[in-house]
Amino acid sequence: MTKYDTVIIGAGMSGLAAGIRLAMFDQKVCILERHKIPGGLNSYYDRQGRKLDVGLHAMTNFARQGERGRPLTKLLKQLRIPYEQLELSQQNFSRIVFPAHDLAFANDPQLLIQDIGKHFPHQKDPFARLLDVVINFDDVNLSNKPQSAKEKVREIISDEYLLEMLFCPLLIYGSAWENDMDFSQFVIMFKSIYLEGFSRPRNGVRTIISLLIEKYKQAGGELRLGTGVKKIDVENESVTGVTLDSGESIRTDKIMSSIGLPETMNIVSEKSDRPAVGNMSFAENLLFFDKKPVEAGIKETIIFYNDNDTYDYKKSRDLCDYRSAVICLPNNFGTDDYDEGLIRITFIANFDQWNALDRKTYLQKKKEVCNAALSLVAKVIPQFQAKLLYHDVFTPKTINRFTGHFKGAVYGTTEKVRDGRTGIKNLFICGTDQGFLGIVGAMLSGISMANLHCLMNGEKA
Amino acid sequence: MDYQTIRKKIIDIIAEIAIDEDLSNLDDNIRLREQLDMDSMDFLDVVMELKKRYRIEVPTEDYMKLATLKSCIEYLGPKFAVSPA
Repeated sequence: MTKYDTVIIGAGMSGLAAGIRLAMFDQKVCILERHKIPGGLNSYYDRQGRKLDVGLHAMTNFARQGERGRPLTKLLKQLRIPYEQLELSQQNFSRIVFPAHDLAFANDPQLLIQDIGKHFPHQKDPFARLLDVVINFDDVNLSNKPQSAKEKVREIISDEYLLEMLFCPLLIYGSAWENDMDFSQFVIMFKSIYLEGFSRPRNGVRTIISLLIEKYKQAGGELRLGTGVKKIDVENESVTGVTLDSGESIRTDKIMSSIGLPETMNIVSEKSDRPAVGNMSFAENLLFFDKKPVEAGIKETIIFYNDNDTYDYKKSRDLCDYRSAVICLPNNFGTDDYDEGLIRITFIANFDQWNALDRKTYLQKKKEVCNAALSLVAKVIPQFQAKLLYHDVFTPKTINRFTGHFKGAVYGTTEKVRDGRTGIKNLFICGTDQGFLGIVGAMLSGISMANLHCLMNGEKA
Repeated sequence: MDYQTIRKKIIDIIAEIAIDEDLSNLDDNIRLREQLDMDSMDFLDVVMELKKRYRIEVPTEDYMKLATLKSCIEYLGPKFAVSPA
């Protein structure tokens, strides 16, 4: 029977990145992915000839080619993928829209600084101080202890309205906690969104996934799609291998699991603690139109909309919480590779409620979500008048089915394991529950956990 | 193995890791970190490549000996001499 050096569970961004690192240095490595399509939380599908992306609306952490010390350039170097292969195009600009104020930001932080000066003149200096704190904080240090970001930011930013607005994009783009986030995660997100910013590879997430897979296979890695892991085999608190859904057993020295911490511990053969499952899940609309937003003069790339003076980022009480939304306009990047107009609208949603519906009601409720999304378009960008050509809605139930994340919790558990250790010898985690965020964060997570645990045997360089 | 041969082998490794960097004017006495966009993750790659290409092992406590090209060459010289590759 073949024995692997490392088996990686899940072919998402983090699993693939970890796989490349290990295969590159001649480890015998196999990635097992239950789904037929790789990508995990950031994946894609086709409907009626249309290409649909799921997961993040944009890539965060934009960096120019050769820009030093940036997460994006670091990870490309580690994976030895040339920068130009991503064919990144930058966002135009994005907006945070609350009832009383409206802040724009772009990949150059000056726009946000200027808008804060305009809307919150008394917070200009405090915001400069916050920037200072953020820039000098060691956000990726694996031994940082969790602490409330709101408490810490409140010491600097005294205007609650501004604080709520600043937190809005950061929370919905990555927080597993409700109405707050860990300060290290806040800094990671702040840098990745407000200081570095959004971009999109040509053809979206597909480009990244295919680059990763190509690199992984070139390096000699093995990838098995449609191959679910039923059980992680553990003897005397140490990994021995995995048992697949098919019953097949695979032996391995180490396992790097990217499927989430509670999801990983749930399939460990020797029973252990069950970590907390996150509450945050979402419903997303993909709306295709016969016109593009730019034809109506709309140039925003992403709009973070909230109809209240405070931002309530917590589990929805109803199927969806329509009080806030993210409106993403993928046509509005430097390069537009869609033939039609496309608007993606994300609402906070409740997994248990969606999961409890019978099929008929489920389909009917999905239609209602689409209607709510269309009304929101009419309200937030009324000048956009177009005919809806096609739409699809995915719900927390869809996310659960295709990613295996319990309760469709996109940002995973509320208790991150930054050093990737699980308490079981030779079983490590990477990805969402390790705590680096977004597509870039996920890949960096895979790289750093593979480096630390599988290439250096846990010793720090 | 002479200084220049070892130097070339090290430069070849760095070239593969730091794809976008110009390596033609490196100063052997200045820390590589100061001349190139290299962090601890990249030094790990240098170590991994030495192992992969020449079966040379560099224990973690010796990583600082890879700081400059000169210190690399001095430290790795005896290891190259007995390298099986």
